[in-house]
Amino acid sequence: MPGWKLPPQFEDSREHRLQDQWFELRFKIKITGKAGFLWKRTMSTDAPVKTDVKSNVEFGSYKYGFHDSMDNYAFKSRKGLDAEIVRQISELKGEPEWMTDFRLESLAIFESRPMPSWGGDMSDLNFQDIFYYMKAANEQETSWDDVPEDIRRTYDRLGIPEAEKKYLSGVKAQYDSEVVYGSLQEDLSKQGVIFTDTDSALRDHPDLFREYFATIIPPGDNKFAALNSAVWSGGSFIYIPKGVKIEFPLQAYFRINSQNMGQFERTLIIVDEGAAVHYVEGCTAPTYSSNSLHSAVVEIVVKRGARCRYTTIQNWSSNVYNLVTKRAMAYGDSLMEWIDGNLGSKLTMKYPAIWLMEPGARGETLSIAFAGHGQHQDAGAKMVHCAPNTSSRIISKSISRTGGRSSYRGLVKIQKGATNCKSNVVCDALILDPASRSDTYPYIEVEEQEVSIEHEASVSKIGEEQLFYLMSRGLSEAEASAMIVTGFIEPLVKELPMEYAVEMNRLIELQMEGSVG
Amino acid sequence: MNSVLKISELHVSVGETPILKGVNMEIRQGEIHALMGPNGSGKSTLAYALAGHPNYTVTEGSIEIDGVNVTEMEPNERARLGMFLAFQYPVVIPGVKVADFLRHAVTNVRNPDRKEGEGLIGMREFRKEIRERMTELGMDLEFARRYLNDGFSGGEKKRMEILQLAMLQPRFAILDETDSGLDSDAVRVVSEGLAKLAGPEMGVLIITHHERLLEFNPPQFTHVMLGGRIVETGDAALAHDLHANGYATVRARHPEADADNARVEAAAAV
Repeated sequence: MPGWKLPPQFEDSREHRLQDQWFELRFKIKITGKAGFLWKRTMSTDAPVKTDVKSNVEFGSYKYGFHDSMDNYAFKSRKGLDAEIVRQISELKGEPEWMTDFRLESLAIFESRPMPSWGGDMSDLNFQDIFYYMKAANEQETSWDDVPEDIRRTYDRLGIPEAEKKYLSGVKAQYDSEVVYGSLQEDLSKQGVIFTDTDSALRDHPDLFREYFATIIPPGDNKFAALNSAVWSGGSFIYIPKGVKIEFPLQAYFRINSQNMGQFERTLIIVDEGAAVHYVEGCTAPTYSSNSLHSAVVEIVVKRGARCRYTTIQNWSSNVYNLVTKRAMAYGDSLMEWIDGNLGSKLTMKYPAIWLMEPGARGETLSIAFAGHGQHQDAGAKMVHCAPNTSSRIISKSISRTGGRSSYRGLVKIQKGATNCKSNVVCDALILDPASRSDTYPYIEVEEQEVSIEHEASVSKIGEEQLFYLMSRGLSEAEASAMIVTGFIEPLVKELPMEYAVEMNRLIELQMEGSVG
Repeated sequence: MNSVLKISELHVSVGETPILKGVNMEIRQGEIHALMGPNGSGKSTLAYALAGHPNYTVTEGSIEIDGVNVTEMEPNERARLGMFLAFQYPVVIPGVKVADFLRHAVTNVRNPDRKEGEGLIGMREFRKEIRERMTELGMDLEFARRYLNDGFSGGEKKRMEILQLAMLQPRFAILDETDSGLDSDAVRVVSEGLAKLAGPEMGVLIITHHERLLEFNPPQFTHVMLGGRIVETGDAALAHDLHANGYATVRARHPEADADNARVEAAAAV
């Protein structure tokens, strides 16, 4: 069996764990080889914390609280969800009949499924009080100058043009439900790379599209995958041909920009044999008072010897339900990596999954969640080992503050026949004040012998000794707290493209410092 | 102006337990003071109390820098007034690079009126300075990119404390057993480093069990602490004598303080 080497970002993660804490919980489970072993475990830790910390730092407060006027939408469906709306969406997009049928079947599945009884509280989510389709501009834009003024202004505030000039290779900036601006470097298309919005892909690459679409996540997978399948709009479609390695990250910014507007983008990435790609998406959203829904589906196929890294930074406003299904299938000797940063939202439920389909496949998930006041981050990862000699690694870090709640919910599954598998799970939670909460729900299902599974979890307070040490060097309490938090998420931040890393650190600094003045 | 750190009738408790019972000391810029004493006498308690650790409660007395009472001040406010503690057990801060941390600290200490969020000192000048200091202390420049004390050996941690001392240039430096747990080479490096840094601008309080640090940095004053108070003060010869002969004679001369010390030691052993 080829040696399993951790990529550099994971090598020193153990050392990153906070070392002096008022409270620490760590448990370690090691399972090695029991035939027919099936085991599940649920664990919940509500960390008791000392109460005299004056940490009044501000997390989850929303920085990009601006929005453009609602008058310039080319089309807006009426609120609510039924077969007529679904037909209308499909018709407006000029879709083939099979897609219309697919949407309607998906709607039936959605309606037949009960709401999940686990995870977060969705009691005030009303599916009939949401717009399912909006179109911001009539035409697809190809150059920045052609993008309508108020939309451009929004992107200006988010720094998109500069980012593009410097770093972006192709921008798919989704404005509400439809892609309005896109560009792709010429040499990419010369290599046969397809990087487009998903609606265009259905029209321009129908065979390739149909071969993979909904094969990784069928509509029947879960209620929200069914919802997305019924009303999906926008998202990215990427095809990397055999052996083509993209050196720079492909990026897309998108955001929700209307009250009660659902965003249901659908992303499909196919990385052919021996190819490599890093896709980056980031979201910011303006603040609104009523609930908004984001329910995306991301499907990825990583073929033999290929590599795919998918990086997400999401910063939803605190009224958004963020219910996302992400799954990748990784074939022989391939590597799939999810890097997932979740800030904001009212409730996020997201468990990026990797199915390791053939020997030698590797899966890695590195996720960070911030839960501020009124926010619940229920995030984690799933690793399904379907073949022998596959390996997986999950690193999950969460920060809870001002009454926020973060949960790690993860699954490691070893299927029958998948011998010699390795899996390692590390969950670290940082709780900044007594009102906040962190839970861990690790599920482990093993149906094979000769496997190695490790699970470690720790919950820590910002250490009093750490604060004192930094403050004794002249840092204020807020500065010291921000520095400790920045260090805590450094393992994720250093994996981000530069402008995301800068933005991430700036967000934390602003939020920590902003509370003081 | 010659600054002075004045400790008057200082009583300090940890939780409900009184540890310091009336400590008096005056340290002027340019002076080197040695603080010695058996385990449990309160040496580290004094160090933490001076730096403003929240768990060390001043119940009586005061700490003043040039007449400014700092007893109630936060640790960062004291640092901005020129107080520095080299920790006996430096704290690990995962994910925070030495250079980033030090740039922030240096900025705050040199610009005491800086508001949070205002700019840091220039990257270029900072880099140049930290490189020079590291070279002087014989440190690998790679240290600046490592995470603060994370995975550092004992000697590396102590050297990092001395680097911080060099960068922050405090008026008053307290070294809490900076030479403990080090091999003789490391003790030499730290001792020489301090000798280079200490000068007319710095008042130094060296807390130590050993003599090596004091060989390189001969103290003008040696204080002996026992049972939470300073029981004797002398010159460098006193430090030498204590090293050679131990604390038995001092304990015998101060039976009441010795009894207090024994109680603290016994409590610590439980």
